[in-house]
Amino acid sequence: MTTIEEPEVRAALPRLNEPAPAFEAVTTHGPLRLSDFEGSWLILFSHPADFTPVCTTEFIAFAEIYPELQKRGCELIGLSIDSLYSHIAWVRNIEEKAGVKIPFPVIADLDRKVATAYGMVMPGESKTEASRCVFVIDPKGILRAMIYYPLSVGRNMDEFVRLIDALQTGDENHVATPANWRPGDKVVMPAPNTVELAEERAGEGLECIDWYLCKKSL
Amino acid sequence: MPCVWPDGSLSTSGRLMLAAVQTDSTAEDVAEITGMPLYRARSSLRQLLAAGYISEEDGRFSQTEDGAAKVKDGG
Repeated sequence: MTTIEEPEVRAALPRLNEPAPAFEAVTTHGPLRLSDFEGSWLILFSHPADFTPVCTTEFIAFAEIYPELQKRGCELIGLSIDSLYSHIAWVRNIEEKAGVKIPFPVIADLDRKVATAYGMVMPGESKTEASRCVFVIDPKGILRAMIYYPLSVGRNMDEFVRLIDALQTGDENHVATPANWRPGDKVVMPAPNTVELAEERAGEGLECIDWYLCKKSL
Repeated sequence: MPCVWPDGSLSTSGRLMLAAVQTDSTAEDVAEITGMPLYRARSSLRQLLAAGYISEEDGRFSQTEDGAAKVKDGG
């Protein structure tokens, strides 16, 4: 007998430059909505599970960059498919054993509503845990960046601070940032979109490799 | 951290938030007075509103009679 397989229902991933999926969630700082963060940049990140080794190193590292993020007007919120009591026990354990207080809220997403809305569960990796996802949401609630890491690789915190710097620099100055850009480095001018502008670009006194790749200092 | 317990009593941060609500306060005002992040102020104000300790009109908050009494008796 031939069996017809049911098509797997896949949650759509959120898309860049579209409104980030709204949520209301139970967190270690009380019930929070995405709209509570309006006016701030926000990094929403997920981790596979509480009381696991790589996630613990990441939580300590996220706590360490939190002051740098706050200087940039950026808040941080974690998430895993664990209970609120597990989260509370884990953050208390981290403070007790590692001496690091976790200053940001953590979503207890037992019903997976937020994880599903953001496409955080990768069934090919794990059907029960969220992958290591990072979503950068701007002050207007627009999703500006997404990064996904596998379960086995802890994240590089410097990159998230750099990413916030790059997004804010781009927004403020209408420029892009080249590979490995750091604050203070030259930025990339938008490429001219007409022949006339391409010709004018040559006379602008910029550092150009060619008409389509010009850099300037801010 | 709920700022209002199910029995209506207030947590430390709940008392702080309620006391910071003056007439026609915004969430930004409350965050500034308490030193709490704005997201915490917004969440707490929602809880205080649901508990009847504050009222809201066009994004501005004021203590209700119950709220004022709560501040007076120390939460």
